[in-house]
Amino acid sequence: MKRASGIRLELGLMALLAALSALSICAGRVWIPLTHLGGENDPRWLIITALRIPRTLLGILVGAALGLSGASLQGYTRNPLADPGVLGVSAMAALGAVLTLYLNLALGSPWILTAFAMGGAAVGVTLLILIAGPAGDAVSFLLAGVILSSIASAGVALALGLAPNPWASSEITTWLMGSLADRSIVEVQTAAPFILLGGALLLTTGPALDALTLGETGARALGVSLRRTQTSIAVGVGLACGAAVAVTGVIGFVGLIVPHAVRQFVGERPSRLLIPSALAGADLLLAADILVRATPHANEVHVSVAMAALGAPFFLGLLIAMRRKLA
Amino acid sequence: MTGNASRYLRAQDVSVSLGGRDILSHVSLAFAPGQVTAIVGPNGAGKSTLLTSLVGLRAPGHGQVVLEGSAILAMSARERARRIAYLPQTPEIAWGLDVRTFVRLGRTAHTGVFGESAADAFAVDAALASTGLSGFAARDIRTLSGGERARAHIARALAGEPDWLVADEPLTGLDLGHQLDAADLLKGAAARGMGVVVSVHDLGFAVRAADRIVVMMEGQILSDGAPAEALTAEVLAKAYAVDAHWVAGQSGPLLDVIARRGLS
Repeated sequence: MKRASGIRLELGLMALLAALSALSICAGRVWIPLTHLGGENDPRWLIITALRIPRTLLGILVGAALGLSGASLQGYTRNPLADPGVLGVSAMAALGAVLTLYLNLALGSPWILTAFAMGGAAVGVTLLILIAGPAGDAVSFLLAGVILSSIASAGVALALGLAPNPWASSEITTWLMGSLADRSIVEVQTAAPFILLGGALLLTTGPALDALTLGETGARALGVSLRRTQTSIAVGVGLACGAAVAVTGVIGFVGLIVPHAVRQFVGERPSRLLIPSALAGADLLLAADILVRATPHANEVHVSVAMAALGAPFFLGLLIAMRRKLA
Repeated sequence: MTGNASRYLRAQDVSVSLGGRDILSHVSLAFAPGQVTAIVGPNGAGKSTLLTSLVGLRAPGHGQVVLEGSAILAMSARERARRIAYLPQTPEIAWGLDVRTFVRLGRTAHTGVFGESAADAFAVDAALASTGLSGFAARDIRTLSGGERARAHIARALAGEPDWLVADEPLTGLDLGHQLDAADLLKGAAARGMGVVVSVHDLGFAVRAADRIVVMMEGQILSDGAPAEALTAEVLAKAYAVDAHWVAGQSGPLLDVIARRGLS
């Protein structure tokens, strides 16, 4: 029963993604209805191919990376409040990226910056697991995340502040407040292989995440290697989230909200959440990005700010619900 | 003990120390298939440590555990999990799975990359049926009562079709009727040839359900044998510091606890 509803949900999310993609190509400062486009000489084609299509692809990739990372982290930690943004993993990726700017390593190659961002994210996940312990409860994970976020954000500000860079403050904004605006196909090409690779690795953790429902000892008794699972999660989230942050900066809450929404449809089994969470993450980020393009202001709102405006009350609601359950 | 000795699960001179304290010292035991062995003893006697060592989840500081002729720590985790099911003392259930999915977790080490096979589905259905949980398959595991949940844990172990079932206090927290149900399930599994090793707190129950009782104290074997022989008045006095003796009851021997020793 749950399985059938899972496939229905996935089809529905894909249909929604197709619709949002079409809308994303039309929507922006200039509304371009696809039905009214002229021939090859229509100058609006340039807007579509150079700006809108890359932005749409990036929204899908990054949203999917964040949704899937959130679902895997929640499954691994057995903690419904886990999210790469909330737990400071994305901020660690940003720190990695900013270090290359500070050390002047990024000149000429987006790959070095991306590699550093992925390294930062993987270190972040590993530190989380070490600080909270693999059997860490909800509170110790959140505290570890708060510590990690603070250190990483301070590190970003420090590195940019000390760097011989007159635009430091605007750079900080770029890294700690993610956005999909003004990206090109280069960013898509840089991030896509790592997001796909990391995502594939995370999808292999399904059975181990299911077994972890029984706790660490229970999972080990079922023949699950905790070390391998931990490595897959750290490397998978590192690649997916790190590459995402490298091209968009930190966008939080996608990985927090999405698995909860998906649970309402397919139940709580961790392995069943992975693919729908990737799809729903893409839907959510794309929808949010279309909305911020509609801001009636000279500078559009960063999509991460929109996500935070949506995610923070959601987070509060979750906490209240959990407290009720405990009481 | 009957059967081929090469099919035994053996602890050979196993010692474990944690934080400088000896939890198990030089424990040697051989468990036979087709028997229920109850491990009893006061709190802190080392029962749980013995069980986690037996199932290969803890590497002893000294000695080894041998499963049917091969060292358990030399086996792959999947191979070991296919042959021994282990039920921890306070099982965590993090997510609200339906009962069928929960029981299916017992097949984790059997399932390949292509998901649930016909053999998996068959074993899960059989485990649900034999524990009387078929009608609960779609229920959220966390909404079950304690007794139903205990049966679901046993069903999960049975679904893996293991040769051995090692359970840490599977009867604790159950009322009398449900204790009987759970003990019957364990005895039924042993009757089908499975080797069953359980730690038990209720001595009356151990006597009733087990073919053999091992009494542990301070990380060592105090006594070992058929229920009536293993739990003599002297053993009870030594292990639990109580004055107690067995009296004849209608269903079998009953433990008559007279007083705590050293207290008056």
